[in-house]
Amino acid sequence: ISINGLAQVKHVVLVLSGKGGVGKSTITTELALALVHAGKKVGILDVDLCGPSIPRMLSVGKPEVHQCDAGWVPVYADPQQKLAIMSIGFLLEDSDEAVIWRGPKKTALIGQFVSDVAWGELDILLVDTPPGTSDEHLAVLENLRKHRVDGAVLVTTPQAVSTGDVRREITFCKKTAVKILGIVENMSGFVCPHCSECSNVFSKGGGEELAKLTGSVFLGSVPLDPLLTATLEEGRDFLQAFPESSTYTAISQIVNTVLSSLDA
Amino acid sequence: MADVPNDAPEHCPGTSSDQAGKSSACQGCPNQNICASGAAKAPDPAIEEIRQKLTSVKHKILVLSGKGGVGKSTFSAHLSHALASDDSKEIALLDVDICGPSIPKIMGLEGEQVHQSGSGWSPVYVEDNLAVMSIGFLLSSPDDAVIWRGPKKNGMIKQFLRDVDWGEVDYLIVDTPPGTSDEHLSIVQYLSGAGIDGAVIITTPQEVSLQDVRKEIRFCKKVKIPVIGVIENMSGFVCPKCKNTSQIFPPTTGGAQRMCEELNLPLLGRVPLDPRIGRSCDEGRSFLTEVPDSPAAVAYQNIVQICHRRKVSVH
Repeated sequence: ISINGLAQVKHVVLVLSGKGGVGKSTITTELALALVHAGKKVGILDVDLCGPSIPRMLSVGKPEVHQCDAGWVPVYADPQQKLAIMSIGFLLEDSDEAVIWRGPKKTALIGQFVSDVAWGELDILLVDTPPGTSDEHLAVLENLRKHRVDGAVLVTTPQAVSTGDVRREITFCKKTAVKILGIVENMSGFVCPHCSECSNVFSKGGGEELAKLTGSVFLGSVPLDPLLTATLEEGRDFLQAFPESSTYTAISQIVNTVLSSLDA
Repeated sequence: MADVPNDAPEHCPGTSSDQAGKSSACQGCPNQNICASGAAKAPDPAIEEIRQKLTSVKHKILVLSGKGGVGKSTFSAHLSHALASDDSKEIALLDVDICGPSIPKIMGLEGEQVHQSGSGWSPVYVEDNLAVMSIGFLLSSPDDAVIWRGPKKNGMIKQFLRDVDWGEVDYLIVDTPPGTSDEHLSIVQYLSGAGIDGAVIITTPQEVSLQDVRKEIRFCKKVKIPVIGVIENMSGFVCPKCKNTSQIFPPTTGGAQRMCEELNLPLLGRVPLDPRIGRSCDEGRSFLTEVPDSPAAVAYQNIVQICHRRKVSVH
């Protein structure tokens, strides 16, 4: 019997950025939660081996990863098993333990994460990645070659130092034939909770400009929202906690656009 | 032997890897027998070459974080500017973020190219006493992606240390990408002869950052790099209109302060969020000269002073 973890996964979407700290894991988490609320079965594959953020954001601490006949059983974030996760975070005895691996070892584990996890039936598998265009990214794509990668969502912040790296990620996608589903501009303005003045903490407009420059779809902007950061810190569901917020609206619009492009 | 020889196959694990000569990718490689016999794992002669080359460099400081986007490159650039404000000092800034080199833009050096001479590669000078090297200077277009696996990145870092003609330098500042992987191991390995004075660790206040930064600190202990201290960046935002402070990245688990207390490390300082920092970086100018009176600039200058004093008494 060949293990084919992704056999019943309908869509695979990568979440990429050339730049670190722009909100890839945040956007992956919020997209996943929004999709679950929309009735989908979702998986998150976290291939950031040095800095895995997904377990904490979804409050799944350090459960044990079990094996079954079909491979590794993913960890479920919810009792209804609508949100499955695999991350190296679950395999570390000590959460402060550093994973000090060179490329080939990272490549090998990512291969196992893609092929040997019993994802079961999923509507969408989101793949959260570390910044860059290196071993992890190549490993994910090589191992997904047997399956269809629907495309990638690219995350940037507005400033040029970020978009400068994301341009390179766009080149990576073009070279590896990964369709770009669109660009999300995160940390797009901060509205002061005291006086409602909007400050462009990380500059303004870069995401939309980048989309225009590269002929990509602009999926939308997500504001810099301390409530979002705080709920992620606590591993709570932001969308359930703050459905009236403009951040919620922004995320919902992005999810709808991504879903339409997947069904198209 | 080179870490990835020219005739190696695509998935070459690297000649110094445990898998050298033994991995499935090694089948058919002309170097397979040499690697499998362990001969390729003799100490890399480059380590001694680099030791000799860097005898003219007095101090070497790494800027690290486990986490991306916390301000490593911003700090590296501004530490370099601050140190170079003393005309009697020679400062060098080396960017080993191979996939996402930010230093050229932040230093206002986009579009510059590296020149070769008899004595090696010439770094790019932003001031008479401030030299910079980055892979960014070797790329011909801002869209060029460096899609390299670990072994090839390692080879580039070796060249940066061995082949760049740095000359007499008081401080070599090394900016790194996030993580604890090839780039970090290579910097430590190739500088094992020349020595590293210490590392400055950058974080932001929230636990999502701190959990990665603790791993970086473990890495430093494991490879015996002294930690000069920790900087908490993006520490609060003062609204320019109403002057109230918001914790955009909240220190839900006590921020860098508590982490430093727990790990017995110095907290070098806290830098607030200031939109003018991002703008200066985008425009390639030093915000220390653009807005010298801003709380962020003052915080940075204090931190630089402390780094200066601490470099000889590290943990």
